[in-house]
Parts: sequence; C-alpha cells; structure tokens
Amino acid sequence: MEPMIDLQITVNGEQVSARVPARQTLVDFLRYQLELTGSHVGCEHGSCGACTVRLDGEIVRGCLVLAAQADGAGVETIEGASDSGELADLQEAFHTRNALQCGYCTPGMLLTAQALLATNTAPTRDEIRAHISGNYCRCTGYQAIVDAVENVAAARRGEGT
Amino acid sequence: MKPAAFDYVKPSSVDEALSLLGEHPDAVVLAGGQSLLPMLNMRLVAPSHVVDIAAIPDLKTISLQDGTLRIGALACHSDLASSPQILEAVPLLSEAVLHIGHPAIRNRGTIGGSLSLADPAAELPACLLALDGSVEIVGPDGSRVVPASNFFTGTFETALKPGELLSAVEIPVPADGYRSGFSELARRHGDYALAGLAAFGRVDGGSVHDLRLAFFAVGDRPMLATATAQKLEGQKLTPETIASAIGNLGKDIQVIGQPGCGVQTKLQHCGVLTRRVLARLVA
Repeated sequence: MEPMIDLQITVNGEQVSARVPARQTLVDFLRYQLELTGSHVGCEHGSCGACTVRLDGEIVRGCLVLAAQADGAGVETIEGASDSGELADLQEAFHTRNALQCGYCTPGMLLTAQALLATNTAPTRDEIRAHISGNYCRCTGYQAIVDAVENVAAARRGEGT
Repeated sequence: MKPAAFDYVKPSSVDEALSLLGEHPDAVVLAGGQSLLPMLNMRLVAPSHVVDIAAIPDLKTISLQDGTLRIGALACHSDLASSPQILEAVPLLSEAVLHIGHPAIRNRGTIGGSLSLADPAAELPACLLALDGSVEIVGPDGSRVVPASNFFTGTFETALKPGELLSAVEIPVPADGYRSGFSELARRHGDYALAGLAAFGRVDGGSVHDLRLAFFAVGDRPMLATATAQKLEGQKLTPETIASAIGNLGKDIQVIGQPGCGVQTKLQHCGVLTRRVLARLVA
C-alpha cells in the first residue's frame, strides 16, 4: 500500500491539513490536491525553475521538495504573491516590456526576480542574469525579462525609467 | 517522472536517525534533497525509506572553537554564503558556494549532502580538500573523524559505511597570511563544471608557501596537485614560474575525459584555472 503522510501546511496564509503520498513533490501537491496550478512543472529535476515557490519565505524548487518536507512550514505560490499585490509592478513591467510570450516560465521568473529585488535594490544587468540563470525561458531570449526587472528596480528606488 | 513509492520518516535526534538507518538497509538519507530529489524523480534510486534528517537540531550549527570551524551537516549553501563567521574564517567556502546551481537550489542544498554524495564535479569536496578539513561521521559504533584526503574514494564513493551519517565538517581556521582562491569553467552559469580549482596557501611578499591546489570535475574525485604545488613552494608567482609548474599537471593528477571534453581539453582548462586563481591569490 502507498505510504501516506499527514501534513499541516500554511499555503498563501491559509491553514491546510492534508494526507499525501510520501513520494509526492510539493509542486504536485499544490497543483493536484490544492488546485493551485500557477506553479508549473517543467523538467522535474531542478533545472528549469518553472516550479519555483516560496518555502518559509525563501524561493525553492517545488519539484525538489517533498510535500512531506513542508510539514509545519509556510508556502507561498504565485497565486498568493499575486493576490497580495506585492508583485503588481513586476507583472506590469513584464507585460509592458513583452517579457513573456507563452507564460510558462513567468510565475517562477516573477518569484525569482522578487527574491533578487528583496536583497539587492540596484542589481546590475549581469547580476539580474546570474540570479535568473536557473529559470529557463524559451520564448523571450531573456533580454526583455532583464529590462523589466531593471525597470522595476529603478522604479522601486524612486527613479524614473 | 515521479519517484517510486517509499516510506518517509523524520527522526528528531541523531540516535533515532541511526537506528532507522540500521533497521532499514535500503533507506537513503535526505538532507536538502537537491541531488537526491532529481535522482528519486528519475528513479535512479528507489529506496524503501527516506530518512529526512532536517528536524535534527544539532546538525545545523556553525561554531568556532579552539581554532577549528565546525559546520553542521545541514548548513545550506545560502548559509555558507552569508555567515559572517565563514566569510571571516574561510572565505573560500563563501566564494565557492555561489557556483553551486542557482539561488533556489542554494537555499536547500547542504554541505553535508554535497560531501556525502561526492559528485566528482562538486565544489565543496574540493574546498574541504584544499583547506585540509575533515568530516565527522556518526554510526552505530560511535563517531570518528576522517580527513578529506581519505574521505573521497571515487565517483559518488566515500568512506561512509552503510548505516553511518555525516554529521559535521571541521576546518582548521587558517593562520594570518593564508589566502584562498576559487574558479571553475562551466558551459553556462550554474551548470556542472568541466574543470574547477580551489586553491589555498600562504602568501608572503609575492611568494607562495604551503600551496594546496585541489582540482575537481576532472577525475573521479577531487585531487591535490601536490608536485605542482611543491614546484611553486617559496617561488614568486609570475607567469613564467606558473607556466613552468603547470607543465606537468597531466602527471600530477589523474584526469579523466568526458564526452565533449577530453583529457587534453580538461588539462588545458586546469592550466587556465591555475593561472587565473594564482594571479588572484597574490593580487
């Protein structure tokens, strides 16, 4: 019989109790059990970054964490970060600068960019590139994504673009 | 691409973890999981039990005592990058971890996990070798300390025996005058290195002493280029002395090629890295 684990997790501020297969990854739990499908599943081995979520405030790969490991922790997905409005300027800049086409990488890209801007208010273009190097985008060629992040960093510092 | 079924256990002490490992010979230890989870997802491993050691409090501490820096096995790469104690005492580690994967990976991956997996392309095993550090291993018969030079025994192979756990890393805090440098060559940032070098030594007025050159991603384990380092002992580091010393690297370390990067290319990379890292060591 499939070994199951009981979990207590806070997801986007809401307490969740669930019973999950021991082998289920965090991103599959979020998508299949909670129907939070904003976190995407790409490579399932940590290369692409599409599954990026926050675990206790820090970005992690949702495919490289078991749901069981998140017992007792706080998880934030793109749905939570989007609803709270904290990413509104980044989302707007991605739109304005054409920093997305198919959108598959965008939730992970937004959370990763937000993590950079939380610790570095004036990143260089090279620093932005290094920070998002673990998030693959097959549409844009990254230039527009770097533009968007750079613009938001400047706007948040109170400088025009 | 999902893991095969396994049971998940989360011990809250080292003793409990050891008894679980003793009870279940097909169990694997889960620390940060940044290498184990891909291996589970791809079914390269299919354990009966996953023993998650993340809840063991004793394994997270970073402390400095009697000239030795002790890093708990569960310290993650982001911790190493930002810990003031590590930046001060062994900046080599802070510098090296920035080459491991990407920010989201570094928030989870641990030093103990990296060392006990012993991927030949991993950064931290080479750093530990360069710094002449050791690992502390706990097992059913008590604990023992194994120097890095005896710990790595081959590709994904270490001195860890079944049922044992790597609990901490010990690094002698370098005396004044010691400096370190690190560099690696990879096709893209965050990819596995094609060749890498962690260097450590005492610099005195432009000449170098007690140099340790630990190469990684070029053989089945991290390797010290001892003859090359010996040749540079007491020498001024100039383009000429360095060029002369690296001429025999191919005899000094056992280089193994990989598809798309043969032995000669790897040796060329090692020479480039030596020049770059040593130039920074005396800068």
